[in-house]
Order: sequence, then C-alpha cells, then structure tokens
Amino acid sequence: MTPVTAKARSDNGKAPGSPDGPGSPDGPDGPDSPSTTDTAGGGTGRIRPGGGRRGDGGRRAGSGAWPGAWFLVLPALIPILVLSVGPLLYGIGLAFTDSQSGRTDPTQWIGLLNFRDLWHDSLFWESFRVGLVWAVGVTVPQFLLALGLALLLGQDLRMRWLARTLAIVPWAMPEVVVGIMWRLVYHSDAGILNETLRDLHLGNGTDWLTGLSSALPAVIVVGIWAGMPQTTVALLAGLQNVPRELHEAAAVDGAGAWRRFRTVTWPAIRPIALAITALNFIWNFNSFALVYVLTSGGPGGRTRLPMLFAYEEAFGYGQFGYAAAMGCVMVAVISVLLAIYLAGRLKGDDQ
Amino acid sequence: MKTTAARATWRSRAAARATSRHRCPRPGAPRLGPRRRAARTGQYLALLCYLVFLAFPLLWLISTAFKPPAELATLHPTWLPERPTLNNFRQAFDEQPLLRAAGNSLITAGCATAIAVVLATPMAYVMARHRSLLSRAATGWVVVSQAFPFVLVIIPLFLILKNLQLINELAGLVLVYVVWSLPFALWMLTGYVRAVPREVEEAAAVDGAGKLRTLVSVTAPLLAPGIVATALFTFITAWNEFFFALVLLKSPEKQTMPVVLTHFIGTEGVADLGPLAAAALLATVPSLVLFAVIQRRITGGMLTGAVKH
Repeated sequence: MTPVTAKARSDNGKAPGSPDGPGSPDGPDGPDSPSTTDTAGGGTGRIRPGGGRRGDGGRRAGSGAWPGAWFLVLPALIPILVLSVGPLLYGIGLAFTDSQSGRTDPTQWIGLLNFRDLWHDSLFWESFRVGLVWAVGVTVPQFLLALGLALLLGQDLRMRWLARTLAIVPWAMPEVVVGIMWRLVYHSDAGILNETLRDLHLGNGTDWLTGLSSALPAVIVVGIWAGMPQTTVALLAGLQNVPRELHEAAAVDGAGAWRRFRTVTWPAIRPIALAITALNFIWNFNSFALVYVLTSGGPGGRTRLPMLFAYEEAFGYGQFGYAAAMGCVMVAVISVLLAIYLAGRLKGDDQ
Repeated sequence: MKTTAARATWRSRAAARATSRHRCPRPGAPRLGPRRRAARTGQYLALLCYLVFLAFPLLWLISTAFKPPAELATLHPTWLPERPTLNNFRQAFDEQPLLRAAGNSLITAGCATAIAVVLATPMAYVMARHRSLLSRAATGWVVVSQAFPFVLVIIPLFLILKNLQLINELAGLVLVYVVWSLPFALWMLTGYVRAVPREVEEAAAVDGAGKLRTLVSVTAPLLAPGIVATALFTFITAWNEFFFALVLLKSPEKQTMPVVLTHFIGTEGVADLGPLAAAALLATVPSLVLFAVIQRRITGGMLTGAVKH
C-alpha cells in the first residue's frame, strides 16, 4: 500500500485527473504557495458541480447504452439489495411481530401491538426526550463554535496551523477513545477538571458523570468536542463560496464586520450550514458509542439516549420486535422534525 | 458513519488563506489602526480559547498514560507526569489481550475495506458517468442510509447472521462493515470519477481502445489516488467502529480493539487509570497516522457536491 500512497502524494495537484485538482494548492508539497496553483485549482473546481449535467450530455455519445455497465453495477448492487435494503425492510417488518431472542415457538404477526405498548412506555419517551435534548444541545452549540473557528481560521493569524490540526484530530479518534479520554478528564479525584476547579477555589469539584443534574450537560460537552471536525471542515468548505469582491466592496462602503457577515458571508454559506446542522442532528440523535462509554445511560437513565435504550431492549432483554418498533418511531419522528426544520428554513430563503 | 460522511474539503483553508492575505495586513503592519488592533487581540483571545478547549483533553490523556500509580492516586494531580513511566503500557498489555484485539481489528477492517472498494469502484464509475434511474436510486439510498438508526439495521442483520452461523465470527462483522461502508465509499468514489476528465477516455476510444481497455489502462490509473484515499478512510472508520462489533462479537478472543478497550472501564479503579489511558492512546495511533496521510486528499466532499453553486 505504501508505494501507491507515495505515488498518490506525488501526483497531487499535477495529474489532470487528480481528485485533488480542485483547489489543490494545499497539497502536501505546497501549502505555502497558494497563488501559483490557485487559479488552476479554481478552474478544475468548476467541473465538479457541473458533473451531473455533463453526465446528461454524455448520453449523446452513446455511453448510456453500454451493456457492460450492468456488469460493473451488479457486484455492489447485489450486496446492497441483499444486506442493506432487504434487512431494512425486514427490520421494519419485525416491528409488527413479537420476535424475541431464544424463543422456540414461531414469531407471530401482532400488528400495531408493539406501537401501542410503546405509546404507553414512559421510560421510552423519557429516553426520547433525553435524545432530543442531547441532539439539540450538541448540534446547536457545535455549529456556533465551529462557525467561529472556521471564520477565525480564515483570518491571517499565527498559531492557526495548530488550531487547524487540533480541530481535526477528534475525527480520526475512535469514539470509544474519546469517551475514555473524557472519563479521565471528568474523573472526580484524578481528573484535571476538578483539580483545576479546586486550584481556582471554585468549590471541591463534582462527580460530573454520576451526578443527576451534571451528567447530561457533561456528556453534551463531549459530544460537541467530538463532532467539531466535521462541522468545521464543512463550514470551511462553505466559506470558499463567499464572494471576495462583494466582501471588499462592502468593506469599502463602510459595512462593519457583523454586517458584512450577515449580508455577504451568511447567504453564501447558508446551504452548507443547513445541510450540516440537519446531518449533525440525525447523527447525534442516533449516536451510541460515546455515551455508552461515558455513562452507559446512567445515572438513573439521565443520559439514556434512544439508541442505548433500544440496544438494551434488543440485546439485553432480547425483545427484537419491540426494539425494532422503537427504531421505526425514531426514524419517523426525526423525519418529521427535519422536514419541519428544512421547510421552515427554505421558506426563509425565499423571503 | 458519522465521521465519514461530513467530509468536505480541507483545501478550503488554502483558498481562505489566499483570500485573507488580500484582505488583512499582517499583524503589526503600519496600517493597523487602534480599532483593528483591538479586533485582532480579540481574535487571538478567541483562538486561544479554542486551542485550550480542543487540546486539554488530549494532553490529559497523554499525560495520564505516562504517570506512575502514585501520581494517579494523589488528590492533586499535576498537568505533566513528574516521573514519566512506560509501565502503564506494559501493564495494559498484561491486563487485556491488546495484540490479539489489534490483530482482529486489522483483519476485519482490512478485509472489509478491500471488499468494499472492489465492489464500489465499478458502481461508482457507472453512477458518475451514466445518469440513469439506477444511479439516482443509488444516490437516494446513500442519503437514506445515513438517517436510519443502526438498531433498525442491526436486529435483522443479527438474525440473518445467526442463521448463517456467523455470529461471533469476524467474517460476519466483515460482512456488516462492507454493507455499512458501501454508501460512503460510493459517494466518495463517484466524486473522484467525476474529476477524471471524460475527454481522456474519449481520446483513448478514438485511438482504438475498447471500453474495457480504456477503463483498465486509462481511467484506473487516474483514479488510483482517489481509490487509495477512499480505502484508507474506509479502513479508519472500520477500525474505529464500536456498535456492530459490540453486538456481534461475544467471546473475548474474537473482539476488536474498541470493544476490548471498554473492558478496561469495567474494572476501573484509580490504579487502572494509567493502563486505560495507555491502551486508549495506542488504539488511536493507527487511525491518526492514516488520517494524517489522507487528510489533505479528502476533497470534493459530500456537502460541496450536494449543494449546487
């Protein structure tokens, strides 16, 4: 693998087909020579968004009729259908059965019974509420923090490289390790957080992850930390679309920083901001490993996200049908919430 | 999945930097008025806050990994180990089968990556080059597969794998990882294929090369860097994955790295914090190294691709 990688790196920004082509100035070799390659990069960059349209045009070259295409598609299509689409439908079907683990009598079709039980299951709805608080509590502050960081990284500041590197490290870390790391930080005796608080004479410190009121906020902070890279990188990409001339013109006209942000920057990054907040919300609502490692849903279910609840139900108690019903409810509610959010935002766009 | 899908471009920072060079003079330049200087100070303060927030948990993890038991047991822990030791690492290997766990992770992630990339590359080519109903359906599936909670997928997969006697087998986990990483690999590769100019292929066709010949000797070499980036990214996400491994692997000798790491927590006492930190640190090294290799190559991301400008 190493020689290929080496080749890939040396190709960077030179080969016409290099995927790095668009905006490759920051390739490994020339992070400090943006001016030379920037124009070429910008030129290639135009190709990508138009790729779809070029594809349409390709049909007249007769490429769409190429029968070999099927042989290229089938190897991936079969596992997708058999192991992804199929199980998904199977899983939705399971929600209407009394499927359980380790039972000998055949699984029965029980209609909406699981959903009726779920409707009265206050523990599940409590977990659902925790999930929503967690998802919003992580997504919103994370977006604001990442936006601030992305804007700062666009400024010509020293030490910026350090912030950039640090901001991307959590991306490469296993979620389990992130959880372990923050357990060490939050540790009531040996943790650095309590020690810092004691040093600053701000009280004796808290059992962050086991306190009834502190557990959820503590976990949310970890969620924000862990998701910073994706959000920051997405917003940095969005900032590329900010028309520089407009920014300068606004500055010449005497618009302040805030006004320039609102009238020039924000409209340009808005589509990406919308997409990344929506995606983050889904991911966070469905997240598992981080909280599993930090608190396992405790204390007293205060941090029991819906995924943890469904996991316990399915693989702790073996209630497959019931857990599948939970999954269905989660998808349904999240879809509705997202539809409302996106519809509201897009309507705002028109005005 | 989360880590993989929001990939976007790091190249933006270069562009941003080029932009900012035009806009702002360097700090200390004579044109800087008092208002600008105040703004600049504010920016540095903000940057400092970010640095602290981003760095302190990492520093603490590293510091804990090198601390001897006495320093871990004290009520007043210090930022840096006073007498750094490597004992924690040795103890971590004694307490849990870390080498075997790493081996399991390597096999699972490696096989899953190889299969996923081999399956996804041809399909990604078709999706990028031929706008058909199938391509659109596949794109739709890529998006939908992001939104479904894993629990809805893992229960049926669990039952299916149980029938195939693949529960508690690495092969079963490989199968799940292949399916789970395909959407992302497809998405990433489609972008890379689009970046290969169609004209190159047309030129080869004019020169008399058949379709297959063109694909193998013209397109594939140009696509190679993208395939490598996709493969490394898939490998990292599979190496880091926890939920599926937790559900599917029961016996300790089969478990992958992230699952074995959680066993350290089960027995957590003050004395075990050192090995815990040491093992966590070691488990991160492979993904961090690979990520450093491809970090700059993750381009043309999903979001920039999805949003039309």
